[in-house]
Amino acid sequence: MKLLKLIPDTPKIDFTGKRVIAFAFSVLLVLGSLGLFFGKGLNLGIDFLGGIQIEIQTEGPADISAIRSTVGGLDLGDVSIQEFGETDNVLIRIQEQAGGEESVQAAIEKVKAALGDTVKEYRRTESVGPTVGAELQEAALWAVVSAVGAILIYIWFRFEWQFGVAAVIALTHDVITTIGLFSLLQLDFNLATIAALLTIAGYSINDTVVVFDRVRENMRKYKKMELAELFNLSVNQTLSRTLITSVTTMLALVALGVFGGEVLRGFSIALIWGVLIGTYSSIALAVPVLLYMNPDRGEEEDSETNGAEAQA
Amino acid sequence: MLNFPLWKKLFVGAVCLLGVVYAAPNFLPEGTLGQGTSGLPGKQINLGLDLQGGAHLLYKVDVEGYIQKQLESAVDEARQILRKSRMPYQGLGISGEGISVTMKKPEQASEARTLLSDIDRRLQITTGETGLVTMVLTDQDRKAAIDEAIETSIEVIRQRIDPEGTKEPVIQRQGEDRILVQVPGAEDTEQVKIWIGTTAQMNFRMIDAKNSLSEAMNGRVPPGSELLESYERREDGSPVQSYLVEKRIRVEGDHLTNAQASFDQNNRPAVSFQFDAAGGAKFAKVTADNVGLPFAVVLDNRVITAPVIRSAIPGGSGIITGNFTLQETQNLSLLLRSGALPADMTVLEERSVGPGLGQDSVEAGQWASIIGLILVLVYMVMSYGLFGLLANCALIFNVALIIAILSGLQATLTLPGIAGIVLTIGMAVDANVLIFERIREEMRNGRTSANAIEAGYSRALTTIIDSNLTTLIAAVLLFTFGSGPIKGFAVTLSVGIVTSMFTAIMVTRFFVVTWYMRKRPKALPI
Repeated sequence: MKLLKLIPDTPKIDFTGKRVIAFAFSVLLVLGSLGLFFGKGLNLGIDFLGGIQIEIQTEGPADISAIRSTVGGLDLGDVSIQEFGETDNVLIRIQEQAGGEESVQAAIEKVKAALGDTVKEYRRTESVGPTVGAELQEAALWAVVSAVGAILIYIWFRFEWQFGVAAVIALTHDVITTIGLFSLLQLDFNLATIAALLTIAGYSINDTVVVFDRVRENMRKYKKMELAELFNLSVNQTLSRTLITSVTTMLALVALGVFGGEVLRGFSIALIWGVLIGTYSSIALAVPVLLYMNPDRGEEEDSETNGAEAQA
Repeated sequence: MLNFPLWKKLFVGAVCLLGVVYAAPNFLPEGTLGQGTSGLPGKQINLGLDLQGGAHLLYKVDVEGYIQKQLESAVDEARQILRKSRMPYQGLGISGEGISVTMKKPEQASEARTLLSDIDRRLQITTGETGLVTMVLTDQDRKAAIDEAIETSIEVIRQRIDPEGTKEPVIQRQGEDRILVQVPGAEDTEQVKIWIGTTAQMNFRMIDAKNSLSEAMNGRVPPGSELLESYERREDGSPVQSYLVEKRIRVEGDHLTNAQASFDQNNRPAVSFQFDAAGGAKFAKVTADNVGLPFAVVLDNRVITAPVIRSAIPGGSGIITGNFTLQETQNLSLLLRSGALPADMTVLEERSVGPGLGQDSVEAGQWASIIGLILVLVYMVMSYGLFGLLANCALIFNVALIIAILSGLQATLTLPGIAGIVLTIGMAVDANVLIFERIREEMRNGRTSANAIEAGYSRALTTIIDSNLTTLIAAVLLFTFGSGPIKGFAVTLSVGIVTSMFTAIMVTRFFVVTWYMRKRPKALPI
């Protein structure tokens, strides 16, 4: 059987030579994302904003505009009604109610009473108070910041500080552009999105580490080689692995996005984007950035090696 | 060269076997398990509320209000004690974290101190210069009081939601002053909130002995009385009996300070209880006036017990006798103790998932996992041929191991958790991809087959560990900061990372080495 090969055995693509293009592209992406984030903002879900969210299933295709006028007429503040996955599934979102728990209860009761027979099944009902929303926001921020910090420390510990900084630049780039994507598409930004962001951080760093590992190995092996050339060699040597792993991960994620149901859709989109951008950034961003950092060739650092070199 | 010692083979085999055995219960048709017919050890995975449907409520307990209430009742008691002692005083009230009173005759301060010290041992009592007596709740005791209030609340909630002990609710303290309540299968939070209620409804009343119970049961309930069911239920949920009880409340339940399982003078199981001073006085009067008549202990409008008053009960404590077993007296004292929710609670967060959505999510998750798995399996064979096939076997063991560990730990599988499994399926082959690519490279560099395999595994190892550990860091932080379903994702992702390292490194190596030793090929089909 002839095996499927995505790329030739020893590709010789000049990644570091084209770094200006990649940098320009990434800077545009990041600026665009920040612009969207501050300009358009995120479509924050009730996890962070507080409020009420009700998913209903109707008998036959739902009449969105009828539901909108019914619920909109209840005087509950901002109300958003949207189809959710299927034509007979509707997601109703109602803003945080002033007046505490009783008013939240009253609002839910009102909606249920007003909808009456329109609803075949209440799929889920959620309400989050402002205290919890603020706490979840804070916890989410901490999770992302500490993950980035911990990864930086780990890479620093395992490699050199230059590698850590380059990896974190690439990973921050991935996280920011994912947030930009959520702002652009106005996808619901909720707790699951934070999980996706951290997973993207993990995946992106995973990819970067594989390339860096090879860079480190080659730096010991070819002590006279130009850094730019050495970096190119390392990326090319690991390119097949990088692409194949991206493909397998992508296959699983596409299955999740298509078959995993509406609740996981935003999550899947975030991860699919994350794998794409993470693959790109480890090849085209992390390694060229490292070139500017001018890492130590580290003749005397060999004691750090274990396993691989020792047994070769 | 390619040594794979016997103990490693046995270890790999044993782990895989255990994985399959412990994962197996999850693939049995529903209902087969738990009947003891399957003969398999282990349990099925615990499904989270988002998958099985249910209600989730996060309550905030008003601990400030609770402390305030405790201090107020201490003030009441102090007032009674001081009035009885006939010592003149002024300015009795709550001050800060305690209560204070000034004795008009400063020389009586120490006597007052002795009298007042019985009110509440948690209050630290001191006397000042000008007849001032203060009783302060220390930080430590304040914390202990709050802990007790939360624990009591949890017990009360459990009693109210799940008196039969069959619903498997999760009732947990979260942080300083919060209680998380999760009830699987409850279709909406409304019902659960009704069960929990917000305030206690316990009291002591007289049984209406002047009117006929049977007439009342036929619909002729006399005014001033009402028909209440017994707290005790038959197996089908119907009440054991009904009582005709006066509406007038003789002693409020919040006067009850303690209740314990004990024994009466004939050594039969009984329940002893204590009232506070005010409750004790009321109770003494009621019992003195009604010797020989039955009174009712009513909780949430159901009669716990209706004993006959044998004699006047002064002193604020008494004993309830009846036809109790030891177990019953323990339950009853628990009910009496936990009858009242000690503090007000407000809902901070509530989520409910209907069974339809849960079922749909499980199905969607299963489909996504199966299709994702098939796509990855096919792609691996296309890319690496025989080696891909070997990696695929390892991947299937990997999925089995994840399911086995989740079942074994009885971790809760949530919808994002399923996403974590699907993601792991995609990422798990990475370690093998690294190894196989390295083997290819070593072959191109002119190594022999055996050498290439050896070098491929050993050189890829550090990379695999580095790259997986970084992902694991993200997963662990997600677990630390995440809540609910997201924790579920972090758990499956972490478990998946660990098992995938094991299967990719150990299991495929076992396969590859065994295959190589048998065939001894010159070139590797990779």
